[in-house]
Amino acid sequence: MTPLSITHFTLTNALGCGKQASLEALRTGRSGLQPCDLENVDLATWIGRVGGLEEMPLEGRVADYDCRNNRLAQLGLQQDEFLPAVDQAVQRYGADRIGVFIGTSTSGIATTETAYRTRDESGLPAEFTPRFTHNIASSSHFVRHSLGLNGAAIAISTACSSSAKVFAAAYRYIMAGVCDAAIVGGVDSLCLTTLYGFNALDLVSAEPCRPWDAQRNGINIGEGAGFALLEKPQNGDSCPSLIGYGESSDAHHMSTPHPEGAGARLAMQQALERAALETSDIDYINLHGTATRSNDASEDSAVCGLFGDQTPCSSTKGFTGHTLGAAGITESIFALLCLQDGLLPQSLQTRQQDESLSANILLDRQQRELRHVLSNSFGFGGNNCSLIFGAAA
Amino acid sequence: MISLSVEKIGLVAQGINNWQEASVLLQGEADYQGGELPPLKPSMLKPNERRRTTRTIKIALQAAEEALQGFTNSERLASVFSSSEGDLDIIDQICLALTEEGRPVSPTQFHNSVHNAPAGYWSIGAGARQGSSSLGGLNGSFAAGLMEAAVQSVVEQIPVLLVCYDQPPPELLKSFMPISEPFAIAMLLNGESDSALARLNLDTQADGSESQLSKPALEKLRQSAPSARSLPMLQAIARHQSAQITLPYLPGLNLQVELQPC
Repeated sequence: MTPLSITHFTLTNALGCGKQASLEALRTGRSGLQPCDLENVDLATWIGRVGGLEEMPLEGRVADYDCRNNRLAQLGLQQDEFLPAVDQAVQRYGADRIGVFIGTSTSGIATTETAYRTRDESGLPAEFTPRFTHNIASSSHFVRHSLGLNGAAIAISTACSSSAKVFAAAYRYIMAGVCDAAIVGGVDSLCLTTLYGFNALDLVSAEPCRPWDAQRNGINIGEGAGFALLEKPQNGDSCPSLIGYGESSDAHHMSTPHPEGAGARLAMQQALERAALETSDIDYINLHGTATRSNDASEDSAVCGLFGDQTPCSSTKGFTGHTLGAAGITESIFALLCLQDGLLPQSLQTRQQDESLSANILLDRQQRELRHVLSNSFGFGGNNCSLIFGAAA
Repeated sequence: MISLSVEKIGLVAQGINNWQEASVLLQGEADYQGGELPPLKPSMLKPNERRRTTRTIKIALQAAEEALQGFTNSERLASVFSSSEGDLDIIDQICLALTEEGRPVSPTQFHNSVHNAPAGYWSIGAGARQGSSSLGGLNGSFAAGLMEAAVQSVVEQIPVLLVCYDQPPPELLKSFMPISEPFAIAMLLNGESDSALARLNLDTQADGSESQLSKPALEKLRQSAPSARSLPMLQAIARHQSAQITLPYLPGLNLQVELQPC
């Protein structure tokens, strides 16, 4: 496929606001996880929380969109000079030629939870406006409106692969000529639905999560936002690129992955084919690595079945928690930071690798030149997406 | 501009069992009479799965199944599922459970609460292992789904199943969401085709008002659910007429469909 240049990117999560906070944490092994202290939640678990969102209401022309999820999106957009970069892109392409592709799993559902909690005999409060908050499209409409764009846009919601798939969608819209450049991103925020929902499935860990560890026992839920500007390559670009993507379905079970990871393997294979790369060309794999027993076993099977057991791998869920619909963009941007910095991050909190799992999990970080990094994102419904990013030429 | 073909259609609404019935209604002189929703029994679900699924999942799968009758190339088939609100019954039950002592959220309801649950059940039932995208686009959900499916089909050169579906909200959410009727439309789309019902050319347009239907009850049905915004396009297909259809897509942007019968 024609590579797409990723000319600007930013991310915000429990590690802090902006790229530098995440990179510093990946370099030093600092986790952003903390014991769960979210209001109205009484669960013994750890979370990856972004501080201060409660005091950051959306105001002015975006005030209608006010909810935790869109606040997090706004906070994310404000980092790393991303807004001026979008303004420059608008000058180059026009506001109607820049598409917006946003992934989210639960959007602003926390607002609906609050409306139900505060309902009375007459029903939900009159000021409840789910089209601006809870609705899946609220996130893409908010980003489009907030950036002053008026071209094509979509909101993708395929659980934990949502904001990986935005890269594939943006590539196709650019190739089809629907837009000339794309803002891709993802945002998901802490809410009771996912905390108590994953808890009901016995998938929430009471400790910091331990991907691939013999003692792993579930996920920590996190929140995050990330955005990237994709453009057709120009001569002399000195930025990383999207060079491959693969999308597949397990066609197996709603919440349990295929035991041999057949769908995950198909997604990785497709990504390699599009990138015209061999497995040996991949220098590092950022795993989906949620730290549930079955997810890690399935992904291990898929990765080792395709790559063997030598390719360096790690899960970065121990840094941020599982940011669900924002996991794809979060880990894609980690991949870009790793390419730029020559960093192979450790699988934080993994102490002893499960003997039944064979992937080459990095218990300590390494530093060396990287050319190609693969990032995996898999979601409920058996929805898989793998992306390959290449270093600047 | 993006050009593609509509090969097959599936449709479920109150008083309309399938595309054949919809086609007769849309061709004829009589206005829509409403009626009962047909029984939702998609055969791709095993009986135990059917019990665990909801009316939202079932209406989507029933339309999908009709659009894929006779189609045998599922290993190459990608899919796009689009719905304004997803499964509001489940959202309602989870949000109610979250207000109760002990927060008794049902594990099955939680995994069915993801926006891509109908797509997940469909891929399991159809054995379809290609990529699947689930979108939400408020009143522009049909246009957003059509655009996404068209772009996938043309760029990847694959057949794509598009399913757009709605169920009206449960009591507590009724006054907050503008959906009053159940409706599901499915289309099998392909870039090039020997057996097309119609050719579509898609483009976006900043101005213009959305296409309406002249018969009052059909127009009311069009406005009753975001997926039913497809009706003006379906009417042109049913009547084998060339048409310029304007679909609501995004704030300040419509999707313009130039339709040629085949």
